[in-house]
Amino acid sequence: MKKIVKLEGLCCANCAAKIEEGVKKLSGVESASLSFMTQRLTMEVQEDKTDEILEAARKLANKIEPEAEFKVVR
Amino acid sequence: MTKKQKKMIIRLLISALFFAIGMLFEGRTSWYLVPFIISYLAAGYDVPLRAVRSMKNGQVFDENFLMTIATFGAIAIGAMEEAVGVMLFYQIGELFNDYAVNKSRKSITELMDINPEYANLLRDGKEEKVDPYEVEVGDTIVVKPGEKVPLDGVVIKGASELDTKALTGESMPAEVKEGNDIISGSINLNGVLEIQVTKLFDDSTVAKILELVENASSRKAKAETFITRFARVYTPAVVVLALLLAVIPPLLFGGNWNTWIYRALSFLVVSCPCALVISVPLSFFGGLGAASSHGILLKGSNYLESMASLGTVVFDKTGTLTTGKFKVTDIEAVTGSKEELLKLAAYGEYHSNHPIALSVKEAYGEPLDKTMIGHVEETAGFGIRSELFLDGETREISVGNMRLMEQLSISVPENQSVIGTTLYVSEGTTYLGSITISDTVREDVPIALKGLKRAGVKKLVMLTGDKPEVGQAVGKALGLDEVHGGLLPGDKVHKVEELLKNQPEGTMLAFVGDGINDAPVLARADVGIAMGGIGSDAAVEAADIVIMTDEPSKLTDIILIARKTMKIVKQNIAFAIGVKVVILILSAMGIATMWAAVFGDVGVSVLAILNAVRALKYKIKD
Repeated sequence: MKKIVKLEGLCCANCAAKIEEGVKKLSGVESASLSFMTQRLTMEVQEDKTDEILEAARKLANKIEPEAEFKVVR
Repeated sequence: MTKKQKKMIIRLLISALFFAIGMLFEGRTSWYLVPFIISYLAAGYDVPLRAVRSMKNGQVFDENFLMTIATFGAIAIGAMEEAVGVMLFYQIGELFNDYAVNKSRKSITELMDINPEYANLLRDGKEEKVDPYEVEVGDTIVVKPGEKVPLDGVVIKGASELDTKALTGESMPAEVKEGNDIISGSINLNGVLEIQVTKLFDDSTVAKILELVENASSRKAKAETFITRFARVYTPAVVVLALLLAVIPPLLFGGNWNTWIYRALSFLVVSCPCALVISVPLSFFGGLGAASSHGILLKGSNYLESMASLGTVVFDKTGTLTTGKFKVTDIEAVTGSKEELLKLAAYGEYHSNHPIALSVKEAYGEPLDKTMIGHVEETAGFGIRSELFLDGETREISVGNMRLMEQLSISVPENQSVIGTTLYVSEGTTYLGSITISDTVREDVPIALKGLKRAGVKKLVMLTGDKPEVGQAVGKALGLDEVHGGLLPGDKVHKVEELLKNQPEGTMLAFVGDGINDAPVLARADVGIAMGGIGSDAAVEAADIVIMTDEPSKLTDIILIARKTMKIVKQNIAFAIGVKVVILILSAMGIATMWAAVFGDVGVSVLAILNAVRALKYKIKD
């Protein structure tokens, strides 16, 4: 299942790369891509783990870039 | 500018002022430390705080951390001026980054500002503003001048002009009237339109395009992944080197502690990776933006990379190089004028609805008077013989193929056109002439092909399901390098696979089709390009690049945009890494001061960003 999250206020390109790397390693995430420019995190996730993954991703993003607001688009 | 940025400017101005005061008093009085401290705090009081926060979160080597160590270290060894300078310029650089990135984000969002906020739903004769999601197929909506068309549909009342610039890059307004299809995302310029909705919002053109554009940067170019990987190694490596530099020479070789710590701190300043990491995605984003402002949508920056090294372009014939619409392309009149011949043929074909007959009637253009037609006799597979009352006389006109002429024992000069179909016209047993109807080549195809060759594309290939002779004739006329005719859709995939095998190393192959029946080929090619994407969902889904207009010449533009973007990306990578390495070496040797390191961080970052912003600007050359 495809999940899209907007990280509003993401302002450090290197942090974006770190978040992407971290999200890719979460269990149940098949693929993930975070575009620094569009501030969108696009993930392909296992359906039954969606909530866990979103929560884990939120924590991770908050750790690396506390300034960015984590908004689930879809 | 955002509030945050405005606040930052004020902070930086205060900081700069006190920095200048500090410089003025340095050496004259020991009080000079006070303005320096004020300057430092004004510029970067939050940096050490953030460094502590990221350390708590287990993030080391984050830029706040690096800057904190560098400046605190400088203060510790008494290099107060440098410490403040590093912080001040670091923050100026950050502000500039922030501004440039926001601006470029904004300009692209504006470019793609096609998302309709509401629809005026007509219910029981009353208008109601609703969310486009709530409108059902078959509902009627009203679009007033200045409003965006929220959903795809058919005009049932009214006439107007539409601005489709955001969709197609075409600046000429398109006229619409009752019965015309209308696509969402275009802007109604003057008249009020009533539209019957044919698609739900999720399936409408605007939703598809937004989806495509918003996900565009999720497929990253190799250069982009390279640079983030590089940064991940570069920063820790430089930090470790800095540590060694600070400790080893004084411990083992009796070096001066302050000197070597100063050099190590310069390393920390240069170790910040953000200049590199920010300029690359920024350039690609600019490239994608430049393309979309010309009606070209790319599904990822990786395709910019591919298009920059394009070696072969494979075209589908019908619908791509040609319009797929049949038109009268040649008239040969033996006696009388061409117009007269066309008129006779049009009247002769009056009752026929065959596509060829329709093309003849369209070419004639004038309304036909039914009372002029008498007895008509049609023989399937041959043609039509009819009695016409023209200009007061009765004429026996036959219009048909070669077989009809043979049946009437009329000898016809050898004038077979390979491309298209030829109709013969005779009166009684006298041969009058012939009319050739064929698929027409798109107007800008010659320009497109010339442009591609000029842009360095080695091989232009055409695939077609038409007879090989037809394909060859069209291919020869256009100057293509290779033509393969008589192909079924499945054969096209095999042909493309064959071409891919023979593709020289390092060059890419693109397939250009109209998206109808060629989805497998679009998927198989290195880059699948669909043309005339509007209204064809299949094309938007299967292709990697969608050209929203019907102009193959846009292909050259994509290549030029891609080349420019790649050039900027390469310049930035080489420049940033190059300058950083040089400064690292010079600092280690004690030639470069911490001020040079500040340039290596902030200066490089600003220059790389200014360069990256160029990617957004691309003008079509005439």
